[in-house]
Amino acid sequence: MAQVQATKFKNPVVNWIDSRLPIFTMLDHEYNHYPMPRNVNYLWAFGAIAGIMLMIMIATGLFLAMQYSSHTSLAFDSVERIMRDVNYGWLIRYVHANGASMFFIAVYIHMFRALYYGSYKAPREILWILGVIIFLVMMGTAFMGYVLPWGQMSFWGATVITNLFSAFPIVGDPIVTLLWGGFSVDNPTLNRFFALHFLLPFVLLGLVILHTAALHVCGSNNPLGIDAKGPQDTVPFNPYVTVKDGFAVVIFLIVYAAFVFFMPNYMGHPDNYIPANPLVTPAHIVPEWYFLPFYAMLRAIPDKLGGVLAMFGSIALLAFLPWLDRSKVRSCKFRPVYRQFFWILAIDALILGYAGSQPAEGSWLLIARVGTFYYFFHFLVLLPVLGKLERTRPLPNSISESVLKGGGGIAAGAHAKPMEKA
Amino acid sequence: MRALKTAILSAALALGIAGAAQASEGVHIPKQNWPHAGIFGTIDKAAAQRGFQIYKEVCSACHSMRLVPIRTLAGIGFTEDELKGIAAGYEMTAGPNDAGEMFKRPGLPADRFPSPFPNDQAARASNNGALPPDLSLMAKARVGGEDYIYAFLTGFEEPPADVHLMDGMNYNKVFPGHQVGMPNILQPDGVTYADGTKATVEQEAHDVATFLTFVAEPHLDARKQMGVKVILFLLVLAGLMYATKRKLWSTLH
Repeated sequence: MAQVQATKFKNPVVNWIDSRLPIFTMLDHEYNHYPMPRNVNYLWAFGAIAGIMLMIMIATGLFLAMQYSSHTSLAFDSVERIMRDVNYGWLIRYVHANGASMFFIAVYIHMFRALYYGSYKAPREILWILGVIIFLVMMGTAFMGYVLPWGQMSFWGATVITNLFSAFPIVGDPIVTLLWGGFSVDNPTLNRFFALHFLLPFVLLGLVILHTAALHVCGSNNPLGIDAKGPQDTVPFNPYVTVKDGFAVVIFLIVYAAFVFFMPNYMGHPDNYIPANPLVTPAHIVPEWYFLPFYAMLRAIPDKLGGVLAMFGSIALLAFLPWLDRSKVRSCKFRPVYRQFFWILAIDALILGYAGSQPAEGSWLLIARVGTFYYFFHFLVLLPVLGKLERTRPLPNSISESVLKGGGGIAAGAHAKPMEKA
Repeated sequence: MRALKTAILSAALALGIAGAAQASEGVHIPKQNWPHAGIFGTIDKAAAQRGFQIYKEVCSACHSMRLVPIRTLAGIGFTEDELKGIAAGYEMTAGPNDAGEMFKRPGLPADRFPSPFPNDQAARASNNGALPPDLSLMAKARVGGEDYIYAFLTGFEEPPADVHLMDGMNYNKVFPGHQVGMPNILQPDGVTYADGTKATVEQEAHDVATFLTFVAEPHLDARKQMGVKVILFLLVLAGLMYATKRKLWSTLH
């Protein structure tokens, strides 16, 4: 980061620490004065919401880990003990289990927002790639967390997903052996998944810090997709965006609480309340809802390796988005043609998700195949071609000119900033 | 926008067709009216107590409920003395004692409900090869939950002419595959309710399903009561946040 001028604080202790370790200056700079484009809408709150979800997951997960036993003969019963006998254990577990779903909802909205407003384009490529890595690590963490209660879907989900790696030539089988710690999904698998499920959220936390650091170098994008040109285009993060994000967080928490308290098992599968049994295969093995579009792509390809490559490729592809999209214009607001294809992609993702929840046969298999083809077609063909052919609408000169009728005033805090400097 | 509309329409059409095909295969499980349903719903304690009576007199001959401590029943209105009495009705194996021997003692409220069979193999051997599932989580472990339990218990009937039942199996209209080892166990007046309620099969199924909902989710009432408070608090907080946001941002325009 660029050299930051130290902030002078009223509290002498804070000043003493800050002159030796400038964490307060850093926080003041990054969270008080950080200039946010004044026209950001509520979709920009989902970054903050996702961050809060990560905190909730780490906090509840820590207390669950204190009561959980990662042995195949104890895991299921220890989870039930949490549900029945641990004080407010049911609350902590339902907050954690539904929290995973809410975390994914927040992250998916966050990602589609970035897609719609072109937030991945220069100069935010590394910010975006860090986001894709966060998404991947999150998926791994969620998958391993779902295995821990050691119910039927835990066991069979783990069996299906770990077996995928065996599709890779040469390295496949050693990877599967490493994941299993034996010859099948069994106690060593559960143990290492627990260890990794505890570790990965902290890896995520580190990645989120990098993600935020990269964001604060080039600043937040905005619905117009044009750069902020000065203080007339921005507001200081605190208090303007803290209170706006705060409101969005509370609304999000209301939806979250509705699930936790009134339909806590709605997003789970009933089979996971049956203890794992390696001798009884469930009629349909389905992953958690947030994996369904990728699961549909996996099953759409009639070849195991091909399916695995399609599934991983669909995520890896996202990392190349800044270079696949050739258009200089960021926001869909000024891209009339791409905007329609954006919505078709969103619908495609929903259809793939539904197809993933159905048995892979008949018309659903066909729909999944068309959906998979379209997903790759969108990113590999439509995006590059549209960037060249599309006639975009003229961009406004500046954010303030576009959003304020009379040019508008400058936010109070924006002026205060230079005066506070020593 | 036309391309978009066409896409949505065709997608909806495809979903509709496939959805209809799916529905024709599955068994419809009718929804019942449960006093514990909804935001303010609480467990019907009288029904759950009657359900416990059926569990004790009928179900527990074959089905275990191994995750549930007897003291849990305090949640459906049994007093401490009643719980001690219920627990004392079971004989538990404890030990080893100082001589290194296992011994029998009367149950305590802290004990879990004893299982009717020592292991799954013994359960299968006594039940024509079928394994009676544990009931601790039954209301959460089946699609449809308590509605499924009700539909299953009232779903025994004579097999259609084209269905050939395997030896020792019974026909149930909602069980996957329709052939089930469990017999039609609920009979009119099969139990004599302590509270004088008429024991029809529907009443018995309703009471058992209520009881199993309670044992699968003993904190259901506390959860919903807390939920109402949490959501009310969040609604007020959201109102305050929104007012603050409006006031603050109004200075910008």
